[in-house]
Amino acid sequence: MAEPSAAVLEDSPEANASGDTLLSLENLSKQFPGTLALDRVNFDVRAGEVHVLFGENGAGKSTLIQIVAGVHRPSGGTIHLHGKPINIHSVHHARQLGVSAVFQEFSLVPHLTVEENLFLGDELTRGPILNKRALARQARETLDRLGFPLRPRDQVMYLSRAEQQMVEIAKAFRTRPTIMIFDEPTASLTERETDRLFSLIEQIKAEGIGIIYITHRMNEIKRIGDRITVLRDGVHIDTIPVEEATDQKLVELMTGRVIEQIFPDIKRNPAETMLEVENLVTAKHFVNDVSINVRRGEVVGLAGLVGSGKSDLGRACFGLERIMGGRITFDGDVVYDRAKHVNKLGPRRMLDRGLYYLPSDRRQEGLVMMQNVRENVALPSLGLGKFSNRLFLRRANERRVVRDIAQKLDLMPLNIERDLEHFSGGNQQKVLVGKSLVRDVKLFVFDEPTVGVDVGARVAIYEFIRDLCEAGAGVLLISSDLPEILHLVHRTYVMYRGELRAELDQSEISEESVLHHFFEKEDEA
Amino acid sequence: MADTAQRHPTALERAEYFATLIFVRAGVLPWFLLVAIIVFAITTDNFFSERNLMQVARQSTYLIMVSMGQMVVLLTAGLDLSVGVMFALVSVITSMTMVGVWDGGAATTGAILIGCLAGFGAGTGIGMVNGIGVAVFRVPPFMMTLAMSSIVFGIALMITGGTPIYGMPDNFANVLGYGKGIGVPIPIWITIGFIILMYVFLNWTRMGRYLYALGGNLKASQLSGISTRFYLFMAYVVTAGITTIGAIMLTARLESGEGNIGKEYPLLSIAACVIGGVSLFGGTGRLPNVVLGAIFIILVQNGMNLLRISSYMQLVVIGILLILAVIADNYRQKLLLMLRD
Repeated sequence: MAEPSAAVLEDSPEANASGDTLLSLENLSKQFPGTLALDRVNFDVRAGEVHVLFGENGAGKSTLIQIVAGVHRPSGGTIHLHGKPINIHSVHHARQLGVSAVFQEFSLVPHLTVEENLFLGDELTRGPILNKRALARQARETLDRLGFPLRPRDQVMYLSRAEQQMVEIAKAFRTRPTIMIFDEPTASLTERETDRLFSLIEQIKAEGIGIIYITHRMNEIKRIGDRITVLRDGVHIDTIPVEEATDQKLVELMTGRVIEQIFPDIKRNPAETMLEVENLVTAKHFVNDVSINVRRGEVVGLAGLVGSGKSDLGRACFGLERIMGGRITFDGDVVYDRAKHVNKLGPRRMLDRGLYYLPSDRRQEGLVMMQNVRENVALPSLGLGKFSNRLFLRRANERRVVRDIAQKLDLMPLNIERDLEHFSGGNQQKVLVGKSLVRDVKLFVFDEPTVGVDVGARVAIYEFIRDLCEAGAGVLLISSDLPEILHLVHRTYVMYRGELRAELDQSEISEESVLHHFFEKEDEA
Repeated sequence: MADTAQRHPTALERAEYFATLIFVRAGVLPWFLLVAIIVFAITTDNFFSERNLMQVARQSTYLIMVSMGQMVVLLTAGLDLSVGVMFALVSVITSMTMVGVWDGGAATTGAILIGCLAGFGAGTGIGMVNGIGVAVFRVPPFMMTLAMSSIVFGIALMITGGTPIYGMPDNFANVLGYGKGIGVPIPIWITIGFIILMYVFLNWTRMGRYLYALGGNLKASQLSGISTRFYLFMAYVVTAGITTIGAIMLTARLESGEGNIGKEYPLLSIAACVIGGVSLFGGTGRLPNVVLGAIFIILVQNGMNLLRISSYMQLVVIGILLILAVIADNYRQKLLLMLRD
């Protein structure tokens, strides 16, 4: 046990014996100014297991792993590594102790090669000169050991996301860790890349390494998890083996509510067709020959994994993607027709027609974080008569209208002059939704509306969708959140690698039927 | 006893908290101004004389105009390094046109008006080229306006051959340069007018709001149906427009057209904005603070003149102040994060 980190990679029986507790956290607490992020949490990792850390955003998952990885220091509690109590001072120290983390944001320098990235900050030298031959040899060894098909001399910027992730893993792996942490690693991977990652994790697991895997996606848990620990509001809720983890149970543990309390019942009252997409093809074939339609008074799902093209389809209807072929009809007017060279798409024009697209990435595309709620909500509608005359803004009107909307959405705190960046994720999402309320909208396209929001905001957004639909608007819900598709929509389309795989009616929607189309290739294999 | 022991630190803490709050809310400028005023009040004897204060106000007008212009592009996360050569070209074009038209036998007032219009056209023309480059061809604002500085400076020198242009009607200088209304110099009245105009523009019009949104999040603005290209273009035109007005006033003051004036304005206007709390990354900044920032810079220059500090040393001091302002702002951002709730 003197040099545990080195011992693990050798095929010593001790390291491979699953069940040895590598790391245990006892009564771990972390106090941030104003919030208790972790409240006496117990957690442990055994050799050769994938321990999933599950919970909503803000549940404390990230804080926990940041403490283990040496980013933060705990405010209370103890950490035992190989049975000995330790203090982790820094990320570098954590590495030395054998704890490596693969964070969501890649820590790679795009212009450097794979090899240079692997050793960044830890280069081998001979005197002041880089020992390039030794570097190359060690890089090769690390990659071979992991079986990654990467060339050490390739520049990282030309690699795919999955390959970059391999580099990231190799980098974490190079220091011969006993514990590896993965923080939502599939967030931006396609389904094939995800498959590859999962088989890698299996491989690392077989080396006797303990793995902490963070996710808020339920379908991933069953594929790779051994045990699951659920956190909620910084408190340890339960730790269960994967066999006991049903969707129902996980949602209940995660949110503290039963499913029926989260998803409202939406009356279905289909009227005239608002959006008709025929044989749409976008640039690079992210959407390939897809036809869908949405009527007033119904909620239609567009399900699929990240990279399946579902988001591109929604964006194309708003005029944000280049289209190569097909036809789009909105509210009875042809707004795009490749054959007849009609193109009336574009945010301004589609807004005026009554289509509203709510982007998935509220920080990047949805909101102006440094402006207040009032300015954000009014932004798309300043040209309307209620907000301005020909020359000047009507700021008193603006205040009144936005205040009403904030009240309706239950904004917390109810202060429309507060800058967006000072609100929680869920309340920011409410503001994003609120932007659409000022206008007369006939069809809403929600792109992943509940990513990164807490359960309270989630419920508020679902109820909002219900109200919109029951008031006669059409809703297209683009989502990779399975429960959302299962419990909220009236019918759903499922996309898979740019193609439409299925259209399922409410009665046909089940976990099996949807997942079957999510992962069709895997089922055939 | 225990009571007082507890009360004392809370009072101190409260004072400290209050000072921090002013710093976080209003930035470094109030403190800069306070220090400058105290230092000059102690070290000079005529700093507070009415004559000197009026002098500071009058000298500030040109920088205030440019800084307000600079602020407009800074809000969109751009910048304009060509405000300096705008002064040069506007000065040259205004004076040459005025002299030419007047010598051709036109009435004095007509000649002055035509001259000013020509200068205004030339100045905003530079802004349009900047705007097209940045908004349509997506040239980075830094490159676009730096290159334009070279181009326009070259043109201004080619036109004049490097020599000043004299012979403008006396009325031009007498009114726009040295004239007074109710005891206050005309340039100050004009500048006050434009401060009000810009305030209304930035806070009470759609375009003003869009400028903030554009710099805050370009993509979100686009998805909100705003024609980002058009407003980006217009930002550079507005910047040039208001800078040009300042340039015409300075031409009147100098009573000549000069191809090499205005070199200090790119730096000083950016400094005034940054000291006034405008973010170089766009989206934030308040007009009154920018105006105060410009006044502060002129105030410091004035005070140093009174103290007979050499103009070389003054360059050093202004540079140091600018860096200090940025460091203080970084610190303020950090405090802001800590004091979030």
